[in-house]
Amino acid sequence: MSAVLEISGLQKTYRSRKGVRRALDGFDMHVEAGQVHGFLGPNGSGKTTTLRTLLGLIKPHGGRMAVLGREVPEHLPEVVGRVGAIVESPQFFGNFTARDTLSLLADAGGVNQNRVYAVLELVGLRDRATDRVKTYSLGMKQRLAVASALLKEPQLLILDEPANGLDPGGIREMRTLMRTLAESGMTVVLSSHILGEIQLICDSVTIISAGKRVAAGSVADVLAQHRTSAVRVRVEPGVDLPAVAEVLRAAGAPQVTLQADHLVVSGVDRPAWITWVLSERGVWVSELAPVAVDLESVFLELTGTSPVEGENRQVDQTALATAPGRGGWGQ
Amino acid sequence: MSLYRAETRRLAKRRFTRWLLVGALLVLGAVVVGTAFTNQKVGAAQIAAAEADAERNYQENLRYAEQERQRCETDPSAYGGDCSQLYTPQREEYRAEDYMASTFDFRQKFGDMITTLAAIVGLAAFVIGASYIGAEWTSGGMMNLLLWRPQRLKVLGTKLIALLVGLGAVSVVLSAVWTGIFVLIANLRGTMAGMTAGAWQSVVLTEVRAVALILVAGAIGFGLAALGRHTALALGAAVGAIVVFQFGLVTVLSLARVPFAEAWLLPTWVAAWMYKEITLEDYNSCDFSATQGCQPPELTLTWPMSGGLMALALVLIVGAAMWTMRSRDIT
Repeated sequence: MSAVLEISGLQKTYRSRKGVRRALDGFDMHVEAGQVHGFLGPNGSGKTTTLRTLLGLIKPHGGRMAVLGREVPEHLPEVVGRVGAIVESPQFFGNFTARDTLSLLADAGGVNQNRVYAVLELVGLRDRATDRVKTYSLGMKQRLAVASALLKEPQLLILDEPANGLDPGGIREMRTLMRTLAESGMTVVLSSHILGEIQLICDSVTIISAGKRVAAGSVADVLAQHRTSAVRVRVEPGVDLPAVAEVLRAAGAPQVTLQADHLVVSGVDRPAWITWVLSERGVWVSELAPVAVDLESVFLELTGTSPVEGENRQVDQTALATAPGRGGWGQ
Repeated sequence: MSLYRAETRRLAKRRFTRWLLVGALLVLGAVVVGTAFTNQKVGAAQIAAAEADAERNYQENLRYAEQERQRCETDPSAYGGDCSQLYTPQREEYRAEDYMASTFDFRQKFGDMITTLAAIVGLAAFVIGASYIGAEWTSGGMMNLLLWRPQRLKVLGTKLIALLVGLGAVSVVLSAVWTGIFVLIANLRGTMAGMTAGAWQSVVLTEVRAVALILVAGAIGFGLAALGRHTALALGAAVGAIVVFQFGLVTVLSLARVPFAEAWLLPTWVAAWMYKEITLEDYNSCDFSATQGCQPPELTLTWPMSGGLMALALVLIVGAAMWTMRSRDIT
């Protein structure tokens, strides 16, 4: 498979009176043709900066980018006709109708006006096409943004938070649309915070934190790399859980975590050992199941953004950013 | 060409553009109606009536003067003792033209009407230019467009050209209609006397300068709003210029008795442009008195000087807007 999007060593630094902030710090990304690629990262991690830089809205301070085999931003005008994109929240001139908005974009991009009706139909705005955009809900504006990105029948579709403001039905429609587009040969890069959606529809992911790539690859590979040997242990009701945890620790379990109604035991080679140890003490196990790793837990682990009870995490507070000499204004 | 067509359509579709033009047309309409109603055709009957009015007024005042003289002779002390000093009306002071209703002399008055047209349409052009690009920035439309056409200078330049071509077309049509309306008014309620080929040439050249003034106003409004990426910046700059220069600075300079303080007034330069030249006099340099005939120093501002100043402002503002468009990130 050929690469549709390649980024290596991308740098972007913001300077202000408060100091210097590295928004992108040698970021790398690689997207193969025909994939639905998830682009994940906590708030302020550099996702939107990456997309804006890729699309020529922001000038990088270093690194290399290529889209559809052409170096950008130098050759962006040559490939932009094959790249559809929405960046951050959808923004349109409120007094124009959806049809006018798309028609003007079609004129500016030299796209056949018939496409306007086709994409409005595709995103479900056909019947509201002549309404002013300012009367639209956030979800409808989001649909219009997706329509504008699809207008030029792109080979590469870049969508920043396309599910923002969509109702559950809309999210499902968007998911189906993404898959349909990918099946038709379009490459889709999708930035989202709805990690369950990403896991469902993406073939591959890149996770960014504090301007650096912290994980990349197929969804299955990323999950496999972070699979643990942890098992969930439930015992019969009425049994003292802290005492059971102590029993396991005393028997040699490397890590036992006490949860509200169960235990999580990690580092044990054979889960059957747990039932044996507990049965020896007259405690009967009612559930013994491997803890499944999902994209959300991997994301939270890699970016260090898991909520901690009693703490208010700040936006720049991530696993990488909190390392000495990294990220944050004034550092 | 497709971008130019899209921008022309966008400009024409904007409700603000339409309403502002309608507003300008209403003000111009009020000027036309006012001029038509306050002028009337002068014929032999009107001249005879005016002469009769002048004669009647002269005789009446003569009678009053005679009554005063008789009272003076009865009691000279009440009149300072010298009745020969009493005022006696002279026939030549009662001119028939002072008793005639105003008549629209095309040759004499149409120049002021062209200046009125330039001022009203120029103001509208400034606001239209500022709002056209300012609203694009604030609504996010500019970013959307740049995702389609990532050539920043070309996009901004095309928008400016679309604006200037639109304003130019409207100004030329309005000038032609304006001339036609006042020719009609002059024929119905005034005179076209003295309108030789040379006089018509002068009218056309004044209208060309009016169109140029309108275009410069539009371009400066556009440039200021493009610099600040907001309509309010252009309007704020205009209000600031009026407050600082038109009121503040001129008041301070006048108090300081700085010669030719009016040269800091924008309308002075507009008048120099429209009337080809304007002469300022420094009344502070001597005790000017009509009877003693002190001739104050003069400063003549010509239309090339005014044109040079406009060109400089245009190059600085539009140039700075282009430079920031090229160099600033779009966030």
